[in-house]
Amino acid sequence: MTTAVQVDVAVIGGGVVGCAVARELAGREVSVALIESRGDVGDATSKANTAILHTGFDAVPGSLESSMVRRGYALLSDYAAEVGIPVERTGAVLVAWAADELAALPGLADKAVRNGYDSCEVVDAAAVYAMVPALGPGALGGLVVPDESIICPWTTTLAYATEAQQRGALLLLGRRVTGVAVGTEATTISTTAGEVRAAWIVNAAGLGGDMVDRMLGHDRFTVVPRRGELLVFDKLARALVDRIVLPVPSAKGKGVLVSPTIFGNVMLGPTSENLVDRSDTSTSAEGFAFLTSKGRTIMPALLDEEVTASYAGLRAATEHSDYVVEVDPAQRYVLLGGIRSTGLTASMALAERACDLMEAAGLSLHVRAGVPPPPRMPNIGEAFPRPYQRVDLIEHDPEYGTIVCFCERVSRGEIRDALRSPIPPCDADGLRRRTRALMGRCQGFFCGAEVEAMLREQT
Amino acid sequence: MSEQRATLRPTVAIVGGGPAGLTAATTLRRLGIESVLVLEREQQAGGIPRNSDHTGYGVRDLRTVLTGPAYAERLVRQARDWRVDIRTASTVTDWADDRSLMVTSPEGRLRVDAQAVVLATGARERPRSARMVPGDRPSGVLTTGQLQNLVHGRHERSGGQVGVRAVVVGAELVSWSAVLTLREAGCATAMMTTEHQRAESYAAFTIPGRSLLRVPVSRRTRVTRIVGRERVEAVEVTRLDTGQSMTVPCDTVVFTGDWIPDGELARLRGLDMDRGSRAPLVDTALRTSLDGVFAAGNLLHPVDTADVAALDGRHVAAQVLAYLAAPSWPVEGTRLVAGEGFAWIAPGVVRLGDPPPARSRLLLWPTAHRSVARVVVRQDDAVLARRVLPWAASPGRVFRVPWGLLDKVDPSGGDVTVSLA
Repeated sequence: MTTAVQVDVAVIGGGVVGCAVARELAGREVSVALIESRGDVGDATSKANTAILHTGFDAVPGSLESSMVRRGYALLSDYAAEVGIPVERTGAVLVAWAADELAALPGLADKAVRNGYDSCEVVDAAAVYAMVPALGPGALGGLVVPDESIICPWTTTLAYATEAQQRGALLLLGRRVTGVAVGTEATTISTTAGEVRAAWIVNAAGLGGDMVDRMLGHDRFTVVPRRGELLVFDKLARALVDRIVLPVPSAKGKGVLVSPTIFGNVMLGPTSENLVDRSDTSTSAEGFAFLTSKGRTIMPALLDEEVTASYAGLRAATEHSDYVVEVDPAQRYVLLGGIRSTGLTASMALAERACDLMEAAGLSLHVRAGVPPPPRMPNIGEAFPRPYQRVDLIEHDPEYGTIVCFCERVSRGEIRDALRSPIPPCDADGLRRRTRALMGRCQGFFCGAEVEAMLREQT
Repeated sequence: MSEQRATLRPTVAIVGGGPAGLTAATTLRRLGIESVLVLEREQQAGGIPRNSDHTGYGVRDLRTVLTGPAYAERLVRQARDWRVDIRTASTVTDWADDRSLMVTSPEGRLRVDAQAVVLATGARERPRSARMVPGDRPSGVLTTGQLQNLVHGRHERSGGQVGVRAVVVGAELVSWSAVLTLREAGCATAMMTTEHQRAESYAAFTIPGRSLLRVPVSRRTRVTRIVGRERVEAVEVTRLDTGQSMTVPCDTVVFTGDWIPDGELARLRGLDMDRGSRAPLVDTALRTSLDGVFAAGNLLHPVDTADVAALDGRHVAAQVLAYLAAPSWPVEGTRLVAGEGFAWIAPGVVRLGDPPPARSRLLLWPTAHRSVARVVVRQDDAVLARRVLPWAASPGRVFRVPWGLLDKVDPSGGDVTVSLA
């Protein structure tokens, strides 16, 4: 692995943004490499978020984030339909629990309009309870956001990476960037597994974005890992809530939401806590206590259900309120920094923006003719037919009728497909993100041994 | 995409091929029911005993002592000898209608229309996530079920999930079963933790536990954090009374017991559920709230021993037979309620004219230990019975109350509460 890889553009970071950029670039007349420190794409911040496809109704009007989210929503909605990323347009309702929150709703509706979204509607308490009957007592009114949607964040990242690879991009996984040296013709990126030489580089390193930026001699921002803990409730809770229930945002952040997940569960969270350690995705007793107390107010019946999973994600917060997207033509370098949880929605717009910036700085990025058709991703969303329900599939291949993971109803055929897919999983967590195996209520009580045996046979 | 390709029309469909389901099936055949179908989602029928490779099975139902796998095999063979249609790798995913199930199997998508349905889907251990134990999320965190599947299942050992030094959370019967399995896999148990003052399991198990297995049981403690990014490195154990915590190095953590019924199908059809046990609410004939749908086994009392689950199966078979002969479904009834000292009681409904419960016992889950168990039965503020039972009440094992204590219940009265004085 000591031979240097030579490409036109190297993208650092295999999260949702980096993969979107690699996909976009690979559709142009340049050679592309994606460098990711972990053994899989989407294995850090991109795997643990609230998984919402945002309209951007509550962004800061005029900000880059606002325009990227609005553009990204449209792009990703179309792309999701094309490649089979599960999306459910559940809509959201922002619930006011106090007089000042109620008073803030019309202002939020105006702000939405300034963000280019004009479908918000202020409703009274009765309407809020009609929409979410399981809501706890004390709601005073709400703001309806009909187009907020839920999406599968794992399939999104994988679809981008798969298409990037099919278009010829090199996926360099398991390589951490240790140094960057800008030369006159090419930049040399040192990694833990050899060098990569590229004319241009794109920094989409997420939590490590500021560190890579400093390797290039800049001092523009510092990432503060902001931990968000989430609780995922049993699928039996899904009947309680069929849309995203949001709090009215305050100075302290967006607050705790209750949302259906694309896999048919209900999610409660996130917390918001600044950390120092950029790899600390542990959960905490304080976080659990905070979320359960919030949950008890928002939706008491939710707490009667079992918790299926808990996890923590780290958002790449910075001292800037907006994304930090800049180009340095002399260094042939694009920075996509400070991309927070809205990055999932904004990913395709950010990819487009990165290309525009490079083109403006002189890189020729003509759209390439004859790119392969986009991949068709396996559906792991609950609202669409899964293989176990499909007579046609099972008749053709009985492995789709052999359920291995009972809680999530994942068939042997789906696990086999994932293990043979263009970007196969490297561990049980990766398999979970591709198939849902092991993510259900038993957490492996019944199927853990079987699934791990399949994984071992193949890897 | 059509809904299904074939419809099966057995007289009775039983969901779950463990001790309760198989025994119910065999008994129904013995009683003359021609067509009995067992739907088992695993590749093999037999249920949880299949992977519990120690002795003690079959005492009450088969009047013998077998290992778990031998017991499971015996139940399967009996059912097959009686020409029960056992379909393995067949997962009931949903209901098509009352008494009508949708099934996924390698043969395709089936619909099963039965005259009566018995739910015997058992229980599972509450995993770490549902217990909300914070910390890192490394590998090496298991339940007993997963551990025994790894070690005794048809798979090559454990694939690295089982290490060399374990902490076992819980001190129930199943917890000791986990210790034995760990030992077999070459993993020593450094500590067992229990939130209770006394180890919960039978003395018979605790004594060899202490002497032979030499496992220290840390009482009144709770695992409050898991440490280790890739692999478990330690757990934080906190004393409930002082709040003092210590770090116990280990590479494996097994969460044992703390059972929850696998009641998804019951919930999906909106059956009345018991809040205490999270199981479908049944009467003494094991009828649920839905006409023609019965339930049996550890789905109802998570968990009693396998033989007690099997005897539930025998009990429900007689009730199903009576229903098939004269299909009627009572609705009203007097509720049995778990009072002070108990988390749940099963069955939960009594009614004039109904049979006594299986084995003429009510099953309850104690929340506290009582060496001398004084049971009080009340209805509408009147004490109906008060009796000291000759067995202790201990959290972590089912407590049995003779049916005779309910002799004075007024079927037209209010709720009946059973408590520990």
